[in-house]
Amino acid sequence: MTLRSGTTSRRAFIRAGLAASAALPAAVSAARGQGAPDPLITEVQDWARYSGDGVDATPYGLPIHFESDVIRRNVPWLTADTISSINFTPIHRLDGTITPAGCAFERHHSGAIELAKPDYRLMINGLVERELVFTYDDLERFPRSQGVYFCECAANTGMEWAGAQLNGSQFTHGMIHNMEYVGIPLKTLLAEVGVKPEGKWIYVEGADASSNGRSIPIEKAMDDVMVAFKANGEALRKEHGYPARLVVPGWEGNLWVKWLRRIEVTAGPVESREETSKYTDTLANGISRKWTWVMDAKSVVTAPSPQVGIKHGPGPLVITGLAWSGRGAITRVDVSVDGGKNWTTARLAQPGVPRAMTRFYLDHVWDGEEMLVQSRAMDETGYVQPTKNALREIRGENSVYHNNGIQTWWIKKDGSAENVEIS
Amino acid sequence: MSKSRKAAALLILMAAGSANAETPTAPSDATPAVVQPVGLGRPALPEEVAAWNLDVSPDGTGLPKGSGGVTAGEEIYLEHCAACHGDFTEGLDNWPSLSGGEGTLDREDPEKTIGSYWPHLSTVWDYVHRSMPFGNAQVLTADDVYAITAYLLYSNGLVEDDFVLSDENFTEVQLPNADGFIQDDRAKTEYPIFSTEPCMENCKESVEITMHASVLDVTPGSEGDAAQDAPAGASVD
Repeated sequence: MTLRSGTTSRRAFIRAGLAASAALPAAVSAARGQGAPDPLITEVQDWARYSGDGVDATPYGLPIHFESDVIRRNVPWLTADTISSINFTPIHRLDGTITPAGCAFERHHSGAIELAKPDYRLMINGLVERELVFTYDDLERFPRSQGVYFCECAANTGMEWAGAQLNGSQFTHGMIHNMEYVGIPLKTLLAEVGVKPEGKWIYVEGADASSNGRSIPIEKAMDDVMVAFKANGEALRKEHGYPARLVVPGWEGNLWVKWLRRIEVTAGPVESREETSKYTDTLANGISRKWTWVMDAKSVVTAPSPQVGIKHGPGPLVITGLAWSGRGAITRVDVSVDGGKNWTTARLAQPGVPRAMTRFYLDHVWDGEEMLVQSRAMDETGYVQPTKNALREIRGENSVYHNNGIQTWWIKKDGSAENVEIS
Repeated sequence: MSKSRKAAALLILMAAGSANAETPTAPSDATPAVVQPVGLGRPALPEEVAAWNLDVSPDGTGLPKGSGGVTAGEEIYLEHCAACHGDFTEGLDNWPSLSGGEGTLDREDPEKTIGSYWPHLSTVWDYVHRSMPFGNAQVLTADDVYAITAYLLYSNGLVEDDFVLSDENFTEVQLPNADGFIQDDRAKTEYPIFSTEPCMENCKESVEITMHASVLDVTPGSEGDAAQDAPAGASVD
């Protein structure tokens, strides 16, 4: 069925090409010619004769089965166990900017738990005027806010520090999703408890067995952090922290504590496991950066790329990808097809939104020759996404985290693609 | 008339209460105006705070009274921890080793352990207490955790086998890499370098491929079946 479906669209394209053939070179229109009538057009197909499913066939739908390969994938050798592990968003097959929840990457430290709304409690304690406990129903009674934000794991692209390793934008850049959240500004909840003057940090932890906890400066907590209970219009998925998670715009995903159960106002950072032994960035001299919270500007061409090569031969080609910055809005994305010798400014599908994903397109005419495709994002601070080698010059190769270097895909003459590094 | 006046007054109030409002006729801020307590929630009882407020900070804040020594710690470790971390804290399969790695942080593939990397002993105590054993968290008593922590110090060659760790001597222990961290300095070391107008034309004379991902061949599904593990480049259409 997949094949027939693909055939349909290809032939529809050929037909459109024929209609416009007056403007095309004779050789091109000859190559696109159709020798015999297309039975998909001339013969009545089953779907045009018989009825389809009724409205009650699927009370809550999944993508049609033709798309069953557009799924999160795991890299088994990365971690010891899938319970404390990560998988990857199939960004190579998505378009637009909103990540469907069903294929948005997951990162768990003790697995995705089931926590029912009636069992949910959020405690705020520590250096506050009133230590309070909220139920889920309480949360829904606070004034709400809404925002679209990307959530990127600090380790996204981390496997590429020492060189090209994984073949596919899903694996090199898929530890990211971008959703529309609804929830409560954290500053509203903090006003409810009354932060004491000596409260300079918050410590946030989840209800799962890892009780994954992180320290966040009070300035960020009072700025744009949210306690979210809806994503993309519906309740958070279990794997994304149902019924409530923290949203920390622009900052590394590990801070976005899921199944949020406690916020402690503290005088200093707790220096928990996740902010000392992990999520710290070791430099070449052995000294490590800590508190590297913000995600710098980054982009990647999602297609064509190793999992989605070019199947249509020379001619019109959509080069597309995603760009994002934790420090503001994306203002520009440049694309190169010759490994960075020359760049063309791509078209942004929508103006950049601070700390959210931006989709870009370069409408290219492919000559069928090899390409070295790259993208380079700029954000509103004037920051320009660096090359991987420029990052390595400063940090070495042992940082693990925060690799936002420019990605290169080698597109071969047959249209297949490979992850490479270039001079 | 009075109805619309009220609506207009409400709009102005909402706009005045929010920092980002540009005009009183556009109450479209993402942030609600309320900043005063609205009276939701209930007081947390002391027993409830005690049950959840378990985190321990580097200065010892949050440590409960208790103690445990290396010898007891080894027994508890073998029972609860060795299945993943190995009988000698060396780590099994992909599960992390908890000792060794001294002097490797500035080399290729540094070995990051409690002894070689972790800056604070409080982190060890806190993590073992709240998050371990993996799959059966929070079954260890405070004394158990003091004992395991003492054993981990011993395994890293930082204390003798007769050492006993307690809430009283806890902050006297310094881990070797305590001074191995700096605060994020990207604003100084990177942002100026990466904020110059980028080159658009003839930016380099030649480009050579220096490394191929296919050489390593570690991508999942690169030889898998089409349904579950689409081969690279095979999932178009």
